[in-house]
Amino acid sequence: MSVRNLRILFPTRDGSDTVKAVDDIDFDVFQGETLGIIGESGSGKTTLGRALVSLIKPSEGQVLHQGRDPATLGRAEFRRHRRDYQIVFQDPNAALNPRMTILDSVIEPAEVLKEGNDASRRKAGLAVLSRVGLPREFADRYSHQLSGGQKQRVNIARVLMLRPKVIVCDEVVAALDVSIRGDVLNLFADLQREFGLTYVFITHDISVVSHISDRIAVTYLGKLMELGSAEDIIERPLHPYTQALLSAEPLPLPSAMRTARRIVLEGEIPSPISPPSGCRFRTRCPVAQPRCADDVPAWRELKPGHWVACHFSTADGPPSNDAIPQHDSKQGGLR
Amino acid sequence: MAAASTSFQSAPTQTNAHRTSSASTDALLDVRALSLAFQTSEGELPIIREVSFSVAPGERVGIVGESGCGKTVTGLSLLRLLPEQTARLSGQILFEGRDLATLSARQMRAVRGRDMAMIFQEPMSALDPVFTVGEQIGEAYRAHFPVDRKEARQRAIAALAEVGIPAPERRCDEYPHQLSGGMRQRVMIAMALICQPKLLIADEPTTALDVTVQSQITDLLRTLSERTGTALLFITHDLGVVAETCTRMITMYAGEVVEDAPVDDVLMKPRHPYTSGLLRSLPSLSARRSVLPSIPGRVPSPNAMPAGCRFAPRCSYAAESCQVRQTLVALGPQHAVQCCRAAEISLPGAVN
Ligand SMILES: Nc1ncnc2c1ncn2[C@@H]1O[C@H](COP(=O)(O)OP(=O)(O)OP(=O)(O)O)[C@@H](O)[C@H]1O
Ligand SMILES: Nc1ncnc2c1ncn2[C@@H]1O[C@H](COP(=O)(O)OP(=O)(O)O)[C@@H](O)[C@H]1O
Ligand code: SF4
Ligand code: SF4
Ligand SMILES: [Mg+2]
Ligand SMILES: [Mg+2]
Repeated sequence: MSVRNLRILFPTRDGSDTVKAVDDIDFDVFQGETLGIIGESGSGKTTLGRALVSLIKPSEGQVLHQGRDPATLGRAEFRRHRRDYQIVFQDPNAALNPRMTILDSVIEPAEVLKEGNDASRRKAGLAVLSRVGLPREFADRYSHQLSGGQKQRVNIARVLMLRPKVIVCDEVVAALDVSIRGDVLNLFADLQREFGLTYVFITHDISVVSHISDRIAVTYLGKLMELGSAEDIIERPLHPYTQALLSAEPLPLPSAMRTARRIVLEGEIPSPISPPSGCRFRTRCPVAQPRCADDVPAWRELKPGHWVACHFSTADGPPSNDAIPQHDSKQGGLR
Repeated sequence: MAAASTSFQSAPTQTNAHRTSSASTDALLDVRALSLAFQTSEGELPIIREVSFSVAPGERVGIVGESGCGKTVTGLSLLRLLPEQTARLSGQILFEGRDLATLSARQMRAVRGRDMAMIFQEPMSALDPVFTVGEQIGEAYRAHFPVDRKEARQRAIAALAEVGIPAPERRCDEYPHQLSGGMRQRVMIAMALICQPKLLIADEPTTALDVTVQSQITDLLRTLSERTGTALLFITHDLGVVAETCTRMITMYAGEVVEDAPVDDVLMKPRHPYTSGLLRSLPSLSARRSVLPSIPGRVPSPNAMPAGCRFAPRCSYAAESCQVRQTLVALGPQHAVQCCRAAEISLPGAVN
């Protein structure tokens, strides 16, 4: 998939203004990879994810699927095309009809597409249910009889029924207890190996995204701040925002092992209706300069495959590391 | 930090009410064999069973466990905030030696907000949309101290400044919906701390917030507690947050306390298989792209509790001896565990 100059604007409720949910974003998703997208609430992750699978039309720019723009396809062709690009949401209940059995929920998308006949759909449905680790007896149960993790498995099964190429996962484990998150994440990894799936994994949980991603994109207020390999982003971030975001992650380590210092970000993410001029992060950036208010930082490839939107970052690191006011306490982490 | 070290010294008896009545004279809060059941149409539903723990003055204690383990209802029970018609409480809630479980509704109102306060995950549920935040914080103060509105307002402004809200004079006159999520949580904290309570119960106060704002709020709670000596009972499912905020950690499972220990000890060397399982599930502790450990199964529902150890159906260490009811036993002066095999098994923690 290729995202080119993508812009998605929504009118505000009273229609007097526009929300710039996604504002001029460029990146590629490679076949078979897991691209993690991380950022604070309201930074446009869900909007971007929905645009990737053609659930939202771009206001400007394009989302190309294997070089083709789905917006240019005829209706019938678009319907066939879309099944390759699926999305799973955060709320395990959202897509499940409480009055349908689990099996009926799983085969519903295939039914809508008039795929096969009743018997073949049932057979395929039972096969994917067993593939996501739900025993046969679950097929005739209803969603309220399932735990959150089991419901999320059903949602994954629904999507697998369509044998997609790409799955966008929007906060798919956020509603689950840590004790069962591992199971669901392991399942995603297994399915990727088995079917060669491409994932776009949206989350605000740094430990989850760093665990499962090949590459990570960092969003802030509708823009990409940084994009690179998971190792580079987590171990050697080049953007001041990424650096601060990573340092805020609470680590379950005893006090003697807390070495790194936490960078304190003041305040909260501003409104996307009137984002700050120049660099959007400047109102919270600990190393902002006067120039940051005037010029929008260019999206620069500072190292092969490592893109950054900051005037002052270099391939060696974020701007003036030593000048960043840091907070000396037992806070912080190993990273 | 004075830990409530006397809590676990007396020998265990048949039940979890393992402490003698003279224990923990230095504790601020001493919960003894607290049980809770709800009256339902299908009869009585037991939710928490003989929970015992204590909090020393100024101490910061975390309560962790999966959802449904009874963390929230434990917090609500301490303040007697559960519906009186359906909630059946038994056991003792000794706060500075006084048993809150026996107080009248009027006496309890004098304690709530004054000696002990609580904040929640969703601040909007506790804030009234039709009053300014200044009025609400001021009223929280006036409920316990005879001051006029003007002075209450001054105190509200000072409290807003204390929790790091910029331009507190202006914010004071704003309504809750005009504030961001992080700001609202700060307002909640200001309101909870305005009377300088001795204990603040915080139920998942950062779960709905972004990680950058979460770290602001946990830093704030920790520094306020250090400065004012307010003890903190921090309910969360996030072990990282407990590690950074608290000095002691209590693990709850299926309505019982299964482990109680200093944070650094339990992170290095958990002694209960459930605590160890929770720690090992954290992706940040596993090698990137490796298979993540998890805990099989799920928390049993209150009407289908296993007879012996409640964790046994999910426990890979379960043995014959686990078929009987388990009691919380002291393993050291500050470490108590409810697992009969704790002494013989060695469990992985956050660092191996
Ligand atoms: N249909 C819509 N109409 C108007 N504004 C919208 C609409 N959908 C999203 N927005 C706004 O666009 C911005 C980005 O929203 P989005 O849901 O993509 O963020 P997100 O990064 O997924 O956040 P979260 O982490 O909270 O899920 C937000 O300010 C949101 O309020
Ligand atoms: N008012 C109520 N009536 C009946 N059951 C309740 C009530 N409130 C909570 N419960 C039950 O008590 C148990 C513990 O819930 P809770 O304390 O909210 O767990 P936690 O905070 O650990 O996620 C759950 O099984 C829940 O369904
Ligand atoms: S461009 Fe300026 S404000 Fe933006 S991240 Fe870089 S230094 Fe900070
Ligand atoms: S008592 Fe037995 S089943 Fe329960 S936690 Fe200990 S080893 Fe596991
Ligand atoms: Mg979202
Ligand atoms: Mg709760």
